[in-house]
Amino acid sequence: MYRIIRKKVLAPTMKLIEVEAPDIAAKVLPGNFVILRIDEKGERIPLTVADYDRKKGTITLIFQEVGYTTKHLGRLEEGDALLDLVGPLGEHMQIEGYKKVICVGGGSGTALLYPKTKAFYEAGAKVLTITGARTKELLILLDELDAVSDELYVTTDDGSYGHHGFVTDILKELLDKHDDVDLVVAIGPVPMMKACAELTREYGVKCIVSLNAIMVDGTGMCGGCRVIVGGETKFTCVDGPAFDGHLVDFDDLMRRLSYYKKHEEEVLSNECCSGGECKCH
Amino acid sequence: MPLKPNKTPMPVQDSKERIKNFNEVALGYSEADALKEAERCLNCKKPLCKQGCPVEVPIPEFIQAIKEKDYEKAIEILKSKNNLPAICGRVCPQENQCEKYCVMGKKHEPVAIGRLERWVADWDLNRKKEVKSIEATKGKVAVVGAGPAGLTAAADLAKMGYKVTVFEAFHKAGGVLVYGIPEFRLPKEIVKREVEYIKQLGVELKLNFIIGKTKTIDELFEDGYEAVFIATGAGLPRFMNIPGENLNGVYSANEFLTRVNLMKAYRFPEYKTPIRVGKRVAVIGGGNVAMDAARTALRLGAESYVIYRRSEKEMPARLEEIHHAKEEGVKFKFLANPVEIIGNEKGEVIAIKCIDMELGEPDESGRRRPIPKEGSEWVMEVDNVIIAIGNSPNPLVPRTTPDIETTKWGTIVVKNEDGETTKEGVFAGGDIVTGAATVIEAMGAGKRAARAIDQYLTNKKIM
Ligand SMILES: Cc1cc2nc3c(=O)[nH]c(=O)nc-3n(C[C@H](O)[C@H](O)[C@H](O)COP(=O)(O)OP(=O)(O)OC[C@H]3O[C@@H](n4cnc5c(N)ncnc54)[C@H](O)[C@@H]3O)c2cc1C
Ligand SMILES: Cc1cc2nc3c(=O)[nH]c(=O)nc-3n(C[C@H](O)[C@H](O)[C@H](O)COP(=O)(O)OP(=O)(O)OC[C@H]3O[C@@H](n4cnc5c(N)ncnc54)[C@H](O)[C@@H]3O)c2cc1C
Ligand code: SF4
Ligand code: FES
Repeated sequence: MYRIIRKKVLAPTMKLIEVEAPDIAAKVLPGNFVILRIDEKGERIPLTVADYDRKKGTITLIFQEVGYTTKHLGRLEEGDALLDLVGPLGEHMQIEGYKKVICVGGGSGTALLYPKTKAFYEAGAKVLTITGARTKELLILLDELDAVSDELYVTTDDGSYGHHGFVTDILKELLDKHDDVDLVVAIGPVPMMKACAELTREYGVKCIVSLNAIMVDGTGMCGGCRVIVGGETKFTCVDGPAFDGHLVDFDDLMRRLSYYKKHEEEVLSNECCSGGECKCH
Repeated sequence: MPLKPNKTPMPVQDSKERIKNFNEVALGYSEADALKEAERCLNCKKPLCKQGCPVEVPIPEFIQAIKEKDYEKAIEILKSKNNLPAICGRVCPQENQCEKYCVMGKKHEPVAIGRLERWVADWDLNRKKEVKSIEATKGKVAVVGAGPAGLTAAADLAKMGYKVTVFEAFHKAGGVLVYGIPEFRLPKEIVKREVEYIKQLGVELKLNFIIGKTKTIDELFEDGYEAVFIATGAGLPRFMNIPGENLNGVYSANEFLTRVNLMKAYRFPEYKTPIRVGKRVAVIGGGNVAMDAARTALRLGAESYVIYRRSEKEMPARLEEIHHAKEEGVKFKFLANPVEIIGNEKGEVIAIKCIDMELGEPDESGRRRPIPKEGSEWVMEVDNVIIAIGNSPNPLVPRTTPDIETTKWGTIVVKNEDGETTKEGVFAGGDIVTGAATVIEAMGAGKRAARAIDQYLTNKKIM
């Protein structure tokens, strides 16, 4: 069983759980993800491993409640267990060999960004980090990121905290100021990653993004997670999830992500509720 | 008694009813049917049927036991060679195996060996019994993949006294049997019970465990496993590389079938995994996978078309499945090949463009090669396209175990029938060696590997 031994509410719809999974904890590297299922009728969903403790045999997952499964997951408490957990999946990220890195995280993407930021920092790179959210309440991991960044910039769309505007505003400033950045890592909503990719292209700076294609197995078996990179079809789960942002067809990705919208709404509306005992609101 | 020329018919669910549900289509013989069919077997001195069976089931012997109403003995004989008879009785292409060689088949219809196998196996599953687990005294063996090849090897090794652990990537054991072949052809309850039997033999199942990711083959040896059997199957979907393949509404058969079978999307929203089928679905391919996808789409409410580039005669699917598909109303477009999938401004599939084909000279496969007829393109409106043109070997293990040699197609190189790979103590079998094949061939490979592993470990201990 994969027991939850710690739970923390990071923001109203953003939760952190630490889960017992010794086999995965022993092997995981920054950039890897897992696929989990909460119960017998549940969907298989991918989540990035945000942190891990090899000695304790645990992994940490941070997720945003966006639909049925993530909302259910958010309702589990310490002592509860997940039915299935498989991993570590995906190619881990190449960390070595960079001198100055800008890490950009948007919304829940910040959670996915954290392990990479930490890894770059520990590998000795100079790390400039930008994180943004719609509003102050949704900002996460500020202290954690601060601890593994040389400089930390924060933005909110509504100006309730930090810079009033988008992460790309700061990214542009930093790219103007530093002409020795060798890598930008951008993780967040697809439009944000697309914007970062376009901006860095102008500056001729390499940009890695992490794609959130819809997955089923996570082992290259179904082809459902296919994305177009450099004009070729790639499977996000085995060839990624990180890709060269300058080569990704973001519009294709966005379109594919919307395929089950109606179904997702149906599952949610069937479920409940107007904020009753299921605590989903 | 006069000889009955024809097989005893198999009761089936009415085709009008069955396209509305996922219940099993073939309902199975009654005891009376089974006895009647068993009577047809001539109990030949030289039973050719047996030569057609990849795992050498003693066919006349088990049929003889049915005649004597000694079902206990019949199942014992079956299981002496076949650990998964209820599955084989349902999905084996008997027409190309045992029944093809059956002496009765020379003049009349062959004995319905598959149906008899299924009946005995079901009789066995439906009674209460205890399986004694065998004491494991002979060392630890790891099996990678819980499909028919892996499960067979695991069961045989356990019977020989090994402590066996099966590692499986998915959350359920069975491989294609659970994620590919639909419920209406092979109820998952049957697979579950046969897996249960294997567990009772003392085999340990580690689900959600990917070799090559969670642990490598080398790490298994470090953990004290003395031999490894790789049975990871051919689970990688092939695409056609035609324009429009990434449009919304194009599925690989694997994704389509996995969502429906393993994740039970046909019971959405009770089960949370969605599937989307529109009014009309085109399935590309002519094998069992294509038949399964087409019949599944039908049950999800779509009008269902199979597009196949050769003629009906060349279709590799089991006869019974083609027959059932037709009965259910699947429509076939033979000698046609897709060249483009067409989408609307939202990026959703609205049509498929195909070209007519004609058959030329035989190719390497011995079948006549399809050649496009220039200028014969036509367009059919569809909402979904399901691509079922075959699967490639799963690369996860070879990729992380460089000392295992593979071919240019990605299959694992074996030195002999026993499945010995280029890496000491590592054996392989099933689809990962042969490329996409059949359940029974995968099981045959599992059996041979189990024997070879026993031999290998015994020799190692003597030396
Ligand atoms: C490699 C990878 C790593 C991820 N890591 C994280 C993470 O660390 N934290 C986090 O909050 N989110 C992460 N995601 C996204 C997360 O998987 C989805 O939010 C989740 O699946 C939504 O499920 P749901 O039932 O709650 O929502 P739904 O209502 O089903 O869907 C909401 C949206 O989530 C996306 N989605 C739905 N199903 C899937 C699926 N099976 N796979 C991928 N996306 C899907 C779709 O865009 C959909 O519109 C990751 C995705 C990928 C591919
Ligand atoms: C839709 C469909 C219908 C079919 N119909 C028929 C039929 O009617 N009759 C017939 O005889 N044959 C049929 N076949 C073919 C038959 O199912 C296969 O030949 C057979 O299942 C091969 O068995 P296997 O054990 O080699 O592999 P599989 O059944 O593919 O099993 C491999 C297992 O290994 C697991 N795995 C893969 N990689 C790893 C890893 N790295 N670590 C751990 N586990 C891993 C997989 O999850 C899977 O469970 C059909 C195939 C399909 C797809
Ligand atoms: S060949 Fe046919 S008739 Fe002869 S033993 Fe086998 S099943 Fe019976
Ligand atoms: S999730 Fe199925 S191939 Fe990637």
